[in-house]
Amino acid sequence: MIAELGLAMLWLAAALALLQLAAGAFALSARGRELGGIVRPVAVVQGVLCALSFFALIVLFLRTDLSVKLVATNSHSLKPFVYKLAGTWGNHEGSMLLWVTVMGLAGSFVALFERRLREATMLATLAGQAFVSIGFYAFLLFSSNPFERLPEPAAEGNGLNPLLQDIGLAFHPPTLYLGYVGLSVAFSFAIGALITRDVGPAFARAMRPWVLGAWIFLSLGITAGSYWAYYELGWGGWWFWDPVENASLMPWLAATALLHSASVLAARNALRAWTVMLGVVAFSMSMIGTFLVRSGILTSVHAFAVDPERGSFILALLAIYIGGALALFATRASTITEGARFAPVSRESALVVNNVALSAILGIVLVGTLYPLLTEAFDEKVSVGPPYFNPMGAIFFVPMLVVMAIGPMLRWRGDRAARVSGKLAIPALAAAATALGLVALAPTIKPMPFLGIALAVGLAVASVLPLVGRELKRTPLPTWGMVVAHFGIAVALFGVGSDSAFSTEKLVASRVGETHAVGPWQVTLSDIEPVAGPNWTAIEATMAASHAGGAASELHSQSRNFTSPPLVTSESALLTRWNGQLYAVLGEEADDQRWQLRLWWKPFVPMIWYGGLLIGLGGLLALIGRVAHDVRRLRAEGKIAYRRQRQGR
Amino acid sequence: MTAAIKPKHQRLVLLGIALVALIGAGLLAAWALRNQAAYFYLPKDIVAEPPAPGRAVRLGGMVETGSLKTAPDGVTIDFIVGDDKARVPVRFRGITPDLFVEGSGVVAEGRMQGGTFVADNLLAKHDENYVPREMAEMTAAQAKATVAETR
Repeated sequence: MIAELGLAMLWLAAALALLQLAAGAFALSARGRELGGIVRPVAVVQGVLCALSFFALIVLFLRTDLSVKLVATNSHSLKPFVYKLAGTWGNHEGSMLLWVTVMGLAGSFVALFERRLREATMLATLAGQAFVSIGFYAFLLFSSNPFERLPEPAAEGNGLNPLLQDIGLAFHPPTLYLGYVGLSVAFSFAIGALITRDVGPAFARAMRPWVLGAWIFLSLGITAGSYWAYYELGWGGWWFWDPVENASLMPWLAATALLHSASVLAARNALRAWTVMLGVVAFSMSMIGTFLVRSGILTSVHAFAVDPERGSFILALLAIYIGGALALFATRASTITEGARFAPVSRESALVVNNVALSAILGIVLVGTLYPLLTEAFDEKVSVGPPYFNPMGAIFFVPMLVVMAIGPMLRWRGDRAARVSGKLAIPALAAAATALGLVALAPTIKPMPFLGIALAVGLAVASVLPLVGRELKRTPLPTWGMVVAHFGIAVALFGVGSDSAFSTEKLVASRVGETHAVGPWQVTLSDIEPVAGPNWTAIEATMAASHAGGAASELHSQSRNFTSPPLVTSESALLTRWNGQLYAVLGEEADDQRWQLRLWWKPFVPMIWYGGLLIGLGGLLALIGRVAHDVRRLRAEGKIAYRRQRQGR
Repeated sequence: MTAAIKPKHQRLVLLGIALVALIGAGLLAAWALRNQAAYFYLPKDIVAEPPAPGRAVRLGGMVETGSLKTAPDGVTIDFIVGDDKARVPVRFRGITPDLFVEGSGVVAEGRMQGGTFVADNLLAKHDENYVPREMAEMTAAQAKATVAETR
């Protein structure tokens, strides 16, 4: 009964999306004006129905209703509660339902809270949001129905892929989806503004908080995904340039560029066509990412089922939406007049450099990700990895970092280089001192980590300069946000540089009782014994790690055997100190009584993820500042309107 | 410098800079891909036309039964990856993937060094549902070849 109810609500939501599109489009014409009133309420109800449908699926998973095909193939009655819950989106159909739910709810929120756009642009935006939703509703209902019943209820479920049985699964997909799909709002805003030829500062100010919200979740989602890969895969790496990772990085790059160009448009009414274009590109990257990870064209833990029909369905959606939006842009771009001008040395110019660099990096990642798929069509199998991405990305990333240190100090419209060069000497000196220190203390350091660490120190100093000489209490929150986010980039970069420059690794076959040195640590394998969990058994290694004669800390690393479905995973052991992380993985039994151990000492590696958190926090501060400002403005407007009314009477 | 650019043309100049940067990025990417992409080889291909020494490639084939040997240090393994035509010795130092066994398929990432393929990384089946893409087809062909040989 719950399954049927969920399916009915999904159909109803799809029908409402159609209505929303038709009413919104018709209301733009002179004859259909009265229809405009229903568009907002319809958008709200559509989102709510979709959320209820998703809730129905959650209930089915929590009850382990084995008459539903999706539950039977992906769940198991003996699974711990949290994995039953997270298992709802740990499969193709459930995750797509989560996707449309986020999309529907994003539309609802826009309909409820967005009050500053012109009404016509608002209608066009909501119609655009509905237009995109319809395609994904169709995808769910016609090729990925999550509520399909089995002719006979299964005796027991197949269980969840053990790699997904991690607390991360509860947070990672919803967080990432809020970011990914939240960008659909930017897409719809861009379409709406193009249709009504309404691209201006008001459009940028209205769009900015929505993009910020999505961007925060995307930043945190990528950070969490990177940490998951780091400790769960047991390879000691934190970024693999895996197509799945790239699929989340590409929308982030586009959204980051969009945030910066939207601030130019909002403050100075420049970069108009470019900002609209980025709004289209950002969500297009989300859709391309979805196609890559969900179509089964790539092999990964994210590609749940290889089904060519689904792949072509998403590809068709991609062609319609991206092609349609670009065609609309092409026909309307010429009507967007040129914005305000600015001098070559100005805040605007710095942000243009930022945008060009981010777009170039986006292009490089996109080409590198798609290239293996293209060559495979010609029967040539290749893989593209760090030797391509690292140097190619750095060519544009390094100049961008330099401009990132300078840009926030420059004034809008035009500035003199001499005015800021005095202040900028401080971070330049800090970077130079770091570089000299590195050359003196670690002469064998490779060029890339060397550059990374020196730039990170310089940027960290430069990023707080915009606060110098200001009254801190009166500094607007968005400025704080920018400072914190830029500082976060510096922190993450320092972690990256330190990890690749100073990590030490030890690979040994060890007997119990033997001690191994890795970095400044002495690690003793003290015990090996079998342990058991709710649905797995494991061999657990207990290690004692001590540092320069200090007290020993205990580490536990496991090699786990899951029963349903059968799979072995490694649980790495981590010991975090202020100056780095000790990382241990247990391998197989090499021969009699010797166990393979892989140990790393990674100085300052956690700073990578602290930096990611800071970036998200910066976004949050900016978002709070913007929203609070809007609320104050709305209240003030309300008061003025009230006074006018009284005076008129 | 500022005076040289007519303000009228600012839009064109911006567009020009953006286009140059993006096309530059595209060309750089194309050039780097030709040099840096790791090509996939079957054992017969790598024997017939070996890649330049030190160039990163991937080698995919079957781990020959009885060829797997662990060195005295306990963490270096030597084995032979073969297909119906050729056999390639492979050396790997590290913890093997969990489903890496003799008689099963493997994709090794690494480079040729004096007749031996030195692998940085081994990719084996995760489980029945997660198979490296290159291996999905190859195991079928390989199974046929193995059947033909043993007959």
